[in-house]
Amino acid sequence: MRRPPGSSLVTVYLARRISTLVATLIAASLVVFALLAVLPGKPAQVILGTQATPESVAQLTKQLGLDKPLWQQYLDWMRGLVTGDYGNSYISQLPIGHQIAQSLAVTAPLVGLGLAVGLVIAVPFGVAAALLRRRAAGTLIAATSQVGIAIPNFIAGILLILVFAVKLGWLPASGFVTWSTDPWQAFTSLVLPGVALGVVEGALISRYVRSAVLEVLRSDYLRTARAKGLSRGRALVRHGFRNGSIPVLTVIGLEIPSLIVGAVVVESVFTLPGIGTLLLQAVANRDLIVVEDVVMLIAVTVLVVNFLVDFSYRLLDPRIARA
Amino acid sequence: MSSMQVTVAPVEPLPEEELARRPSGGLAYRLLHDASALVGGTIVLCICLAALVAVVWTPYDPLAVDPSHALQPSSWNHLFGTDEYGRDVLSRLLAGAKLILYSGAVSVAIAVAAGVPLGLAAAIRGGLIDDALMRFVDLIYAFPALLAAIVLAAAVGASTTSAMIAIGVAYVPVFARVTRSSALQVVGSEYVLAARAYRRSTLAILWRHVLPNIRATLIVQMSLLFSLAILAEAGLSYLGLGTPPPEPSWGRMVEEAQSYLSRDPMLAIWPGIFIAIAVLGFNLLGDGLRDVLDPRLRSSR
Repeated sequence: MRRPPGSSLVTVYLARRISTLVATLIAASLVVFALLAVLPGKPAQVILGTQATPESVAQLTKQLGLDKPLWQQYLDWMRGLVTGDYGNSYISQLPIGHQIAQSLAVTAPLVGLGLAVGLVIAVPFGVAAALLRRRAAGTLIAATSQVGIAIPNFIAGILLILVFAVKLGWLPASGFVTWSTDPWQAFTSLVLPGVALGVVEGALISRYVRSAVLEVLRSDYLRTARAKGLSRGRALVRHGFRNGSIPVLTVIGLEIPSLIVGAVVVESVFTLPGIGTLLLQAVANRDLIVVEDVVMLIAVTVLVVNFLVDFSYRLLDPRIARA
Repeated sequence: MSSMQVTVAPVEPLPEEELARRPSGGLAYRLLHDASALVGGTIVLCICLAALVAVVWTPYDPLAVDPSHALQPSSWNHLFGTDEYGRDVLSRLLAGAKLILYSGAVSVAIAVAAGVPLGLAAAIRGGLIDDALMRFVDLIYAFPALLAAIVLAAAVGASTTSAMIAIGVAYVPVFARVTRSSALQVVGSEYVLAARAYRRSTLAILWRHVLPNIRATLIVQMSLLFSLAILAEAGLSYLGLGTPPPEPSWGRMVEEAQSYLSRDPMLAIWPGIFIAIAVLGFNLLGDGLRDVLDPRLRSSR
């Protein structure tokens, strides 16, 4: 039996990976649902307070659909997630979909900025640390990155606030105006949080870039390219870049979840109304449906990012496809 | 096939010439001659000593409130000053060392206790069990430590215990993967085949052959994970999802000091420095241990 080379293999691979992804997503939703369903306190009681009569609690429970069997509640929740109808918050009665969209308008640019800052730091310093390995400068960069990864992002944020907001007064220390009100001001309030998020990630990624470059420098194909007469720089750019990008891509894939999680903390440092603030407020108010939805959103993002990274390996390196 | 790779820290192979230059000799001798291990080990030792001292003695009671001495700068009476309630910062930092070591140790213990058996089972059984276990591990991976802690805090309330469990469970995948990949190499070896040939039980093979061979890798990962656990615990208590007040936790001390940033910045900086040094110490110790115990270790594939 002859198959067109490559194409059907990719289809089979994709089908398998997508079905695992869907299965993992369903399992994740079950975990989230189960953890919050076994909760001791009744949501209706929490909403109405301790003064509420048992009748009004029972009525609200019915109204929220929490008297149905658990599997029915789960299916209702899933249907809402898939169709985009997230329902209303138990506490504020606001539509959750709208709240999440508003928060994403803060968190998504923040994560993007964090990743950009991280890469801008990591790539040049990582490459320099590898190329200057035997000199003092290379050691200094490596040591700095070691210190950098030890600083939690909230500490970095507070130091940035101290210098650029308290002492110099250049940038706002907290708060956020919506993009539609004043895009420039909205951007300036994301600068310090983005840097706080990116600096630490950058220190970590630079270590991976360094070892990826070192690996490439020692490779046989690079020696061959040099023997053919390519200069060191040209050989690195033409042959090293693609090979070295695979481990770095892995790391970026791993970093995106940690950037999202980091954003939750950094938003709290700078009191930004993002996903993290929404989630923490919901936890404090025991607004379970919001907690469920946001946690699920983050878990889905993490799993999908991993899937995409995994898939892009195969595009970058056909050898992995055959393995 | 494991689809996602979890690497705790970048591991880079040492070139042959550097390997040859390494001092030979006993383990302690080699550790003392490795700069990372020496610096990291010293830091970790200092933190352990600080925690031990805090068990029996701190300059002041870390919980004693004294409003008449609130927000004092550093002085001979209060080396690191006092916080907004007049509590002695140094005493609180020392007591915080105790907390960070305790919660780090429990988190790592949970990750090891669950991750190592999972990884071993996946490596030795292979096939469907391997696939199922690794999928399970992927699933846990979708819930980073912080997210797990938030769900737990929403479900049962925030405490040191909920934070430790969340951090421990979140890092189970790291141990499961590392154990699986290094155990796979041992399981494929000829001495394991020989042990199987004379019908040694699977458990005995794991105990006598596999565990001793992957011990070095596990110790290195434990040290690196300890630093991640400290970071996670600090972040959680900063968010109010970890140890509740008034217990002195470094992360929460930063959070409480943030309101006084323009008046007394050092109040936030001291616990920040302590967190960073502790993380740095365990990271360096892990790197050093890796170079000494397992110099040829490459990134886990």
